[in-house]
Amino acid sequence: MQTPTGTAIPNQWEPAVTEFTVSRRALAAAAFGTVMFATAGTAVAGNLVVSNWEGYMAPDVVDTFKAATGVQAEVVVHATNEEIMGKLIASGGKGYDIVFVSSPFAEVLHNLGLAETIDHAKVPNLANLYPEAAALPHDPGNTFSVPYTWGTTGLCYRSDLVKDAPSSWKALLEPSDAVKGKTTMLATDRWLLAAGQLALGYSVNETDATKMGQVKDLLISAKRTLLAYDDTTFYSKLVSGEAVLVHAWDGWCNYGIAENAEIKYVIPSEGSDLWLDTIVVLKASENKDAAFQFINYMLDAKNHAWAAENILYKVPNKPAMESLPAEMMQQYPNMAMPVADLVKFEQLRDVGEAQRDYSRIVSEIKAAQ
Amino acid sequence: MADRSPATRRSLGVVLAAVFAFLYIPIGVLIALSFNEGGLPTVWSGFSLKWYGSLAANGQILSAALNTLIVALVSTVIATALGTLLAIGVEIRRRKGKALEALIFAPMIIPDIVLAIALLSFFSMLNVTMGLHTIVLAHVVFNIAFVCAVVRARLKSFDWSVVEASTDLGASALTTFRRITLPMIAPAVIAGALLAFTLSVDEFIIAFFTAGAGRSSTTLPMQIYAMIRFGVTPELNALATLVIAVSVTALALSQRINRTIAP
Amino acid sequence: MAVKLVPSRSTVLMAPALAWLTALMVVPCALVLALAFFRRGIYGGVDYTFTLENFANAVDPLYAGIFLNSARIAGLATLIAVVVGYAAAYAIAAAPRHRQPLYLFLAVLPFWSNYLIRTYAWIVLLNREGLLTQLLRWVGYTGEPPSLLYTEGAVIAGLVYNYLPFVVLACYAPLARLNPELREASRDLGGSALTTFRRITLPLTLPGVAAGAVFVFVLSIGNFVTPALLGGGRFQMIGNLVYDQFLAANDWPFGAALAMALIAIMMALLMLQAFAASRAEGRQSREGEEAGRG
Repeated sequence: MQTPTGTAIPNQWEPAVTEFTVSRRALAAAAFGTVMFATAGTAVAGNLVVSNWEGYMAPDVVDTFKAATGVQAEVVVHATNEEIMGKLIASGGKGYDIVFVSSPFAEVLHNLGLAETIDHAKVPNLANLYPEAAALPHDPGNTFSVPYTWGTTGLCYRSDLVKDAPSSWKALLEPSDAVKGKTTMLATDRWLLAAGQLALGYSVNETDATKMGQVKDLLISAKRTLLAYDDTTFYSKLVSGEAVLVHAWDGWCNYGIAENAEIKYVIPSEGSDLWLDTIVVLKASENKDAAFQFINYMLDAKNHAWAAENILYKVPNKPAMESLPAEMMQQYPNMAMPVADLVKFEQLRDVGEAQRDYSRIVSEIKAAQ
Repeated sequence: MADRSPATRRSLGVVLAAVFAFLYIPIGVLIALSFNEGGLPTVWSGFSLKWYGSLAANGQILSAALNTLIVALVSTVIATALGTLLAIGVEIRRRKGKALEALIFAPMIIPDIVLAIALLSFFSMLNVTMGLHTIVLAHVVFNIAFVCAVVRARLKSFDWSVVEASTDLGASALTTFRRITLPMIAPAVIAGALLAFTLSVDEFIIAFFTAGAGRSSTTLPMQIYAMIRFGVTPELNALATLVIAVSVTALALSQRINRTIAP
Repeated sequence: MAVKLVPSRSTVLMAPALAWLTALMVVPCALVLALAFFRRGIYGGVDYTFTLENFANAVDPLYAGIFLNSARIAGLATLIAVVVGYAAAYAIAAAPRHRQPLYLFLAVLPFWSNYLIRTYAWIVLLNREGLLTQLLRWVGYTGEPPSLLYTEGAVIAGLVYNYLPFVVLACYAPLARLNPELREASRDLGGSALTTFRRITLPLTLPGVAAGAVFVFVLSIGNFVTPALLGGGRFQMIGNLVYDQFLAANDWPFGAALAMALIAIMMALLMLQAFAASRAEGRQSREGEEAGRG
C-alpha cells in the first residue's frame, strides 16, 4: 500500500485495507449489471473530468466508479490550489467537471460565478457528513462546495531530536539555536501567513495593515532560520533528520509518524486554522448529473474511509470515521481529534481585495534576504 | 599550437580534466545509483535492475513518455517542413532584411518563460482548450528556427548553378526541388529534424504552461518535475538514466549525419 | 543565378513558416505587452482599465530588490561559468587538432540531457545523505553534515552546471579561429605569455565570450526551476516572480510587465554586446595589420 507520496503504510493495516478493497470490488461487480441497466438510457456525453491533487483519492477510483455507475471519469492532477485556479479562471472553468480545492478557493470560484449549486437531492450521501461540516462559515448548508477532508495546521517534530516539546508557534518562528537551520515552513501563501497571524494572536483572515506588517516582519526574521520552504517533502526531511521541526498539515505529519514513531504532531497553544479541502462542480460542466453522482460516490462511507486510511487525513464523514480501526487512532492521535474541538478553529476565508496585500506580503517575505 | 611549454600544456590538461569531472560526476552518480538495489536513492547497497522494471510497470510514466513522443514527432514533422522551406526561401531571396532575420532568430533566443506565458495568455484569451495540440503548436515555433538554422548553414555552400541547369533543361520547379535540391540538402534536413526532436523531447517550461488538464497532456519532463518535487527516488534515477541515453543517442545520430561536431 | 530566376518564389516558400511564427510568437508576445498595461481583476483575470502601475511596480523597492538580487545571483553564476568555460575552451583549443572535436563533443554532451535531470543530479549530490556528505564521513568527518542543498551556493552551482557547456561552445569558436600568427608576433616582439594573453588573445575573443555571457545571464535570471528545486524556495529570480504571477498570484498583467522587463534586459545586453563586438572587430583588423607589418 502506498500513500500519495510513496510512504509505506504500516504493515498492520495491510490486511484491513486489502479486505476492504476486495469487498468493494465484489460489491462493485455485483452492482455492475443493475447499474448498467439503469444508466443505459441516460448516456452521458464525454468523460467526466475530475481534477484533484495527486494521490488524493483511490488510484482505482476511475474503474470502481465506472463499475458502480457506468460513467467514465478521467482523473487529472493539479499540484497546487493556485495552479488549478489559474487554469479555471483562464478557461472560465471549461474542460473540467469537478475540482478538488481548499475552501477559500472554493469561495473564489463561487464569487466568480464558476461554481455550480450542489443539488442535494442528487447527492444523498451528504447525510453522512457531520452536522458541523454542513454549517461551516465559508458555505453554510454546502450550497456550492462539499467537504472532503479537514484538519489542522501545526508543528510536526522529532521528539528524539528536539529537547523541549514545542508548544507555541514561536518554537518555529523564533527557534532555539538547537533547531535553527532545521526547520521548514509551508510556502503556500495563506498557510505561511497563518503561522505568523496565529503566533501574534491575530485572526487567520486579518487584513489590518499594521498587524499584517508585524506578521510580515516576524515571518521575515523566521525565514533566516529556515532550511527551506517546503509543501511536499517536509515529512521526509523529518524522517531523514534533515529537519527536526516543520510546519505541517496534520495528515502529512502522519506520513512521518508512519515511518518513525518518534515523530509527533502538536497544535500550538495559540491555535490553528481549520483547513478544509472541498469538492466543487463547475458551472461550465456538461456532465452535471454525473458530477453529482461522482460526489455521492466519494461520500459513500467506505470510499470516504479510503481517504482517511490512506492519506491519513480526517474526513468529515461520520460513518467513515467510525469505521476506522482503533489502533489507527492510537498511532495517529490527531486522527482522533473530536469534531467539536476541530470546528473551534477559524477557517481560512477568501479575503477579497485584501488578497493583493497578502500576495505582496508573501512576495516581500520570499524576496527578503 | 604546439608552441606552448610542457608546463602550460600540463596545466591546461588539468583544467580540462577538472571541467570534465565537474560535468560528468553528477550525472555519473545519478546513473550509478539507478542500478542501486536499495530503496534509499542515494546510498549504494548492491547492483539491481529492479527500478527499471518498476518503471516499465508505471503507467503514469509510460503515458507521459507516449505523450512526449507524440508531441515531439508531430512538432518535428511540421517544423522540419516549414523550417526547410523557410531556409530555402531566405537563401534565394535577394534582399535580406534585418527584420526578417530577427523574426527567424527570435524563437532561439526568447526566454522560454516569456514564450510560455505569452502562449498561455494567447490560448486562454482565445478560449482554446489546451492539451497536447497546444504543446505541439508551441514547440513548432522554436523548432522552425532551429531547423531553419541548420538547413541554412548547408545552403550557404550550396551550388545554385545545378538548380539553374535543371530549370534550363525544362524541369518544373517541383521536380527540381524533389530531384536536385532536396537530395543535396537531405543530410542537413535530417540533422535539423533530429535536433528539433531532441529539443521537443526535453522541453519543459513551455509545455508546462501550454498543457491542458492533467494526465492526458502530461509530458515526460512535466512528470519528472512533479516527481522531483516529491523527492529523490531510485525510480526517478532510472528514468533519468533512460532519458539521458535517448538524448545522447539522438545527438550522436544527428552529429553523424551532419558530420559537424560544433557550429 | 537561381536568385534571378525565381524572385517571388522565396516569399511563397517562407510564407507558411512566417505565418506560424507571426500567429504563435509575434501576436502572443504583442498580447503580453498589451496585458502589461491593464489591471489585475480581484480574483485574477484581467480588468481592462489602462494603467501604468505594473511598470511602476517594477521600480517599487520590493520588486526592484528582487530584480537586483536575482541579477546578482545570475551575475555570479555567469561570472563563474564564463571563467571556467573560457578556461575549458582555451584548453580545448590548445589541444592537438585531431582531439579537439572529441573534447568539444564531450564538453557539450551533458547539455543535451534534460535540464531537469541535470538539476536533479545536484539534489542527489548535495542532500544531507548525498555523495558529498558521505565523502566527508569517509574522510573522517563526524560532526553534523553541513547543509549544502537549499543554499544560494546550490542555486549558483546548478545554474553554472546547466549553462557551462553553452559557454564552452561560445568561447571555443573565437579561440579556434584566432590567428596563431598574432600570438607568435607578440612573442617575437618580447611579450610574455601573460601579456600576449591579456593584450591579444583575450581582447580578440571577448565578443564571443560576451555573447555567451549574455545568454547565460538571461537564461539564469529568467529561470524558475533551479531556484525552486535547489534553493528550497528561499531564493527568487525574475523567473519565479513571473511564474508566481501566472500560476500562483494570478496577477497576469504584472507577470506580463515582468516578462517585458526580461526581454528589455536581454535586448539591452545584446545591443551592448553587438556594439562591443563591432568595436573589437575594428580593433582586430587594425591590430592584424600592425602585426602583419611587424
